[in-house]
Amino acid sequence: MIDVIVLGGGIVGASAALMLAQKGQRVALVERDFCGSHSSGVNYGGVRRQGRPLHQLPLSQRAHQLWADLPGLIGIDGEYVRSGHLKLARSHADFGALQAYAEQTQGFDLSLQLLDYVELRARFPWVGDIAVGASLCPEDGHANPRLVSPAFARAAKQRGAHLYEQSLVTRIEHDGQDFQVHCANGLHLQAPWLLNCAGAWAGAVAEQFGEAVPMTSAHPAMLVTEPLPVVMDVSTGVEGGGIYARQVARGNCILGGGRGFALGPQQARPGQAAVLEILRNAGELYPFLKGAQAIRTWSGTEGYLPDHEPVIGPSSTQPGLLHGFGFAGAGFQLGPAVGEALAEIVCTGASRQPIEAFSIRRFQA
Amino acid sequence: MKPVVIVGAGPAGISAARTLLDHGIRPCLVDESLRGGGQIYRRQPQGFQRTAKQLYGFEAREAEAVHRTMDELAPLIDYRPETLVWNAEDGRLDMLNNGRAESIEYAQLIVATGATDRILPVPGWTLPGVYSLGAAQIALKYQGCAIGERVAFCGSGPLLYLVAYQYAKAGAKVVAVLDSAPFSAQCRALPALLGQPTTLAKGLYYRAWLTAHGIPVHQGVTLKQIDGTQRVSGIQWGDQTLPCDAVAFAHALRSETQLADLLGCEFTWNALNRAWLPQRDSAGRSSVNGVYLAGDGAGIMGADAAQMAGERAALAVLEDSGVAIDQRRPAVLEQQLAAIQRFRHGLETAFPFPENWAVEAPDELILCRCEEVRVGDVRAVVDEGHWEINRVKAQCRVGMGRCQGRMCGLAAAEIVAERSGRAIENVGRLRGQAPIKPLPFGVEVQP
Repeated sequence: MIDVIVLGGGIVGASAALMLAQKGQRVALVERDFCGSHSSGVNYGGVRRQGRPLHQLPLSQRAHQLWADLPGLIGIDGEYVRSGHLKLARSHADFGALQAYAEQTQGFDLSLQLLDYVELRARFPWVGDIAVGASLCPEDGHANPRLVSPAFARAAKQRGAHLYEQSLVTRIEHDGQDFQVHCANGLHLQAPWLLNCAGAWAGAVAEQFGEAVPMTSAHPAMLVTEPLPVVMDVSTGVEGGGIYARQVARGNCILGGGRGFALGPQQARPGQAAVLEILRNAGELYPFLKGAQAIRTWSGTEGYLPDHEPVIGPSSTQPGLLHGFGFAGAGFQLGPAVGEALAEIVCTGASRQPIEAFSIRRFQA
Repeated sequence: MKPVVIVGAGPAGISAARTLLDHGIRPCLVDESLRGGGQIYRRQPQGFQRTAKQLYGFEAREAEAVHRTMDELAPLIDYRPETLVWNAEDGRLDMLNNGRAESIEYAQLIVATGATDRILPVPGWTLPGVYSLGAAQIALKYQGCAIGERVAFCGSGPLLYLVAYQYAKAGAKVVAVLDSAPFSAQCRALPALLGQPTTLAKGLYYRAWLTAHGIPVHQGVTLKQIDGTQRVSGIQWGDQTLPCDAVAFAHALRSETQLADLLGCEFTWNALNRAWLPQRDSAGRSSVNGVYLAGDGAGIMGADAAQMAGERAALAVLEDSGVAIDQRRPAVLEQQLAAIQRFRHGLETAFPFPENWAVEAPDELILCRCEEVRVGDVRAVVDEGHWEINRVKAQCRVGMGRCQGRMCGLAAAEIVAERSGRAIENVGRLRGQAPIKPLPFGVEVQP
């Protein structure tokens, strides 16, 4: 007997499975590939609140609390550090936008610090001259997604969740009482609750239950350098978009920016154009990279909705079905809190954090 | 009009270029090296004066012929030396030449990317003074220097005896040859090896020459450890030790398949090579339309076969483009290639893969030198339930560094297979990711 079937072993689905198992629910986590091997495991690894839209901040703040005790949650530190997140402005207009954001988010305890040109140089002398100012969120940071995301699934398993990897779902039905989930490998599960956390592939499940959403996929372009002397002491991003970068304790710098392309339904590559753009342009923001070498590039498949907001919460058509997908490339930090919110809906009927803004109903005009 | 592009100016690539040019097609030949010739016939720098006989011994004639062809071709084709192909995408190759990025679209592509040594690490293998057999040979052929004053040659495969012989002949002190293959295996292999009597004769000659010159050859023994603190000071096997100041080791060769992978070629497990190789038909056609494979990059068969396969692939390009060719030639080449393939089976019997390597590798042995991942780290990940090689890589960084698994990937797969109790062909294949070799920041882009 199973209470909840979770589709998708990314950080959202695995967190939900973990939280449900912690609350005593009998959970089955079904993953087509390996848990945490797609977007949740190959993203940039930013664990940041800064820059998120205001209505995401309550969930993001809750996630921030959960990340604070990552080892307690998943048994490893996942290379998570609260290094600070530095958002750079390349123009005075961009700096103005950072100032406006700092004002709007004052109620959220982000402790943003605005740094002008001189202060930025004093605090972060390695930042390129092109930056006119920046906003620092001291408690944001970064982690290693390829360790963290699979560890959520492992922790769920340790708490009693059943893990079914290499299980491609081929058919889902609701018989009036339970969901019946069939997989290509012969696996058959049934339960009164179904959590749709299938990432970029979640749209098909929503569509099957008569609530199609206009989801598209996008593919970030990522690369990593050989180990370099440790220079960057914060994770960085750029107001208005651009090249984002962080450096890990081993010395490797991880950079992202621009878009790759889909190689097939499940695989993506960063593409030579985006890679060359990063290699050509990173120098103006991060001059110390001059002479360094990129040793590997990669991409993933991320689900996007037109408003770049996720879908979180109950189905509008099928009782017992909950959604948690479409994070527009920014779901890694939120993941544990979304998993918790979904678990709360199952166990108590409602999420403690406000999630109305993310209802799937917004696409049913 | 888009050109036919050949990647790799070794025996296969040069022979393909020659064949295309003979049929009125001017190919583009892209090569990472300064001078064409490939690895086995690697050329010395301009101005070096050693004779072909000194450099290539029995292969002097073949080497000179390949170089002569290269020199004749260079002004007649679009020859691009010192050019790294780092990515393939959408009918186009992305290249790097002197810090400048450029691209070329191809009508057809012949991939002749060659091979490197297959490395099975032993304790001490990352010490200064330890080289792969191929690297030791390049040091001698290219720079004209030995890797040490007292050199031990270890591992297995035909290259083992050849390089030891070349070193001794060049005047270096060869302290010992350790062959992990037992003499009995070589006897068993004789029937298959007799199919290529001259090649066999050369092999026997090197072996006999070494013994005749008082160089100890130990067969059926496994190098246990390379000793040294700052650099190599000796080797150990069984209960024996031997001082030396350099070691060359490898267990045969492995194909360089990253480009075929990025091109989307289908791979299949090849038991003979004990590796995943891009599929090709007898003419060299890959699973991707317009992409052809030739030479050791698609399975180890040696330089003679590479030359034939290069010509065969070029003829396939011509056939597929509607250009008239001598209709008898493909069958002749394919027969010759089949004969070499039988010989290759014999070599694999003579120099079998050391199946016990993965069992005996100690936990503290460095497996992935780029990321400093030890055998025990990989075993720990397997013990957590992981068995797929890309997954193991994600968990412990093996194959994630500068070489992208080109050096350590095969050995890592052996450890994963042994520990997980799976057959080596059932632990997956490391996915190729661009760049094939590192790319610098600040690269200039050709408009």
